[in-house]
Amino acid sequence: MRTSINRFRPLFYVLLGIYALITFIPFLWAMSASFKTLPEIVAGGMSFIPKHFTFDNYRTIFHQEPLFTRWFLNSALIAVSVTVFNLLFNSMAGYALARIRFPGSSLMFFSILAMIMIPGQLTIIPSYLIIKTLGWLNSYQAIIVPMAAQATYIFMMRQFFISFPRELEEASQLDGLSRFGLFFRVVLPLAKPALAAQTIFIFMGAWNEFLKPLMLMSDKAMFTLSVGLNTFKGQYISFWNYIMAASIIMTIPALLIYIFFNRFFVKGITFTGTK
Amino acid sequence: MAKPHHKSKLRDLMAGYSFMSPAIVILGCFLLLPIAYSIFLSFHRVNLLGTVSYKFTGTANFERMLDDPRLWIALRNTFKYALIVVPSQTLLAIVLASILNMKLRYRNFFRVAFYLPTVTSSAVLVLIFMWIYNSNGLLNFMLEAVGLPTYNWLGDPSVALLGIMIMNIWSTAPLFMVIYLAALQDIPETLYEAAEIDGASGWQKFWRITLPQLKPVTFYVIVMGIIGTFQLFDQSYIFSAGSGGPNNATLTMVLLIYQYAFKSLDMGYASALAFLLAVVIMLITVVQRLIFKEERLN
Repeated sequence: MRTSINRFRPLFYVLLGIYALITFIPFLWAMSASFKTLPEIVAGGMSFIPKHFTFDNYRTIFHQEPLFTRWFLNSALIAVSVTVFNLLFNSMAGYALARIRFPGSSLMFFSILAMIMIPGQLTIIPSYLIIKTLGWLNSYQAIIVPMAAQATYIFMMRQFFISFPRELEEASQLDGLSRFGLFFRVVLPLAKPALAAQTIFIFMGAWNEFLKPLMLMSDKAMFTLSVGLNTFKGQYISFWNYIMAASIIMTIPALLIYIFFNRFFVKGITFTGTK
Repeated sequence: MAKPHHKSKLRDLMAGYSFMSPAIVILGCFLLLPIAYSIFLSFHRVNLLGTVSYKFTGTANFERMLDDPRLWIALRNTFKYALIVVPSQTLLAIVLASILNMKLRYRNFFRVAFYLPTVTSSAVLVLIFMWIYNSNGLLNFMLEAVGLPTYNWLGDPSVALLGIMIMNIWSTAPLFMVIYLAALQDIPETLYEAAEIDGASGWQKFWRITLPQLKPVTFYVIVMGIIGTFQLFDQSYIFSAGSGGPNNATLTMVLLIYQYAFKSLDMGYASALAFLLAVVIMLITVVQRLIFKEERLN
């Protein structure tokens, strides 16, 4: 049996190599377009290496579209705030459900379980109307507040704290720390792996979110990068060099987070099952 | 003795609710309230001009679905899409995970690399693929090079949906690959050792042990794939600039709901559609969980 795997080993490497190419080609093609001149784009061809390597496309998108920097900052502000709030609120709720016995806790736990199953599409229209009533359209809180706590990750944190050794907390409790002191000074620092896994999913989700900013932000200055990119495409039709440069810029932050937190990734994925 | 006990109970109550309060407020206002609100909206006609007003219309919104030709087009597209995308991405995920699970060198590099499309924003992916699909683009160039017919991928209704399908198989398969990889690592080594003693070959082990052991995960992956199909929005919106075109070829359920709610401002009917979609998705989820539980118990 060993021999049978060994015999096919080169074949498996070839398969992995081919699929790696299939994965990379669209990205490389996009990156190459972002460094090409417009005439070269129009002329077509299959060359991945630009004839006249240029940074002009990147320069142009920031100059020609003055809001591009704003969109980038909007996305960053929203994604970072959503991530910070989620880490805090989901851990607090997860900890309470796992460790504190209080009347109503099991009802809350089962409600959280039920909420996980509710598809987001159901709440799109009513959320829009609620946010409109609050007067929050075209504001950051319109996206940040509704996304600030998520049932899936509350459940994830609850499962994490349930299997967390109690001894440390008990020792600190004897030292006279309050529940809050205990949580922020002892529990949270020890929950780093779970927090890291959450960071990836929540940051990615908020950074890449398209539908919410599309419906909640009509003021161009409040667009996020994903929605801005879509209007950009409409404005610069067939200027693929600009469109690809803008796409690459949007990809970089998510890519950095992914690479940085990658080792916590698999654990998180098998847990949530979805993006 | 009774008093301090009582006191600590009260303290737990206070602590419990203060820890939970941010989550309660947010999920209450932006999840529970919207759910109730959406059921209310489904049975009303909503007037958005001036102050929002409602008119009770009974089941009129649901009756209207029966003769809404665009709803049937969206359902047909969803069905076509699921029929091709779900089996393809599942199969691709199994194959990639099985190869990665053999103790090959550099497997971590490949795993990290393959996952790349999944972390990239759908807006960016659609733009990259539109650039590849455009009539003067890379895909047509490659097809021409090997003597295959070329298409107007973006404008031809007969291939536009296929374009989105290819992109989504490519970007979703790696997610399921990682789920399979975790499942493969959970299969007890002793099963394989026993088979080796009986003289089973590598293929036999794969067919007789690995695949049957992956049955519950496969079921899960297929259900998640179907649900994802129902939820498709970003891709078809950006691809068609919000129209669902060419000729409704890329119209999906969520895009249809979006158009009714924010283009025709018909929020009552759009809510009824969203309600129906949610019920279908939740039924599929519940059935999946029940079967999954049974499988585990067996």
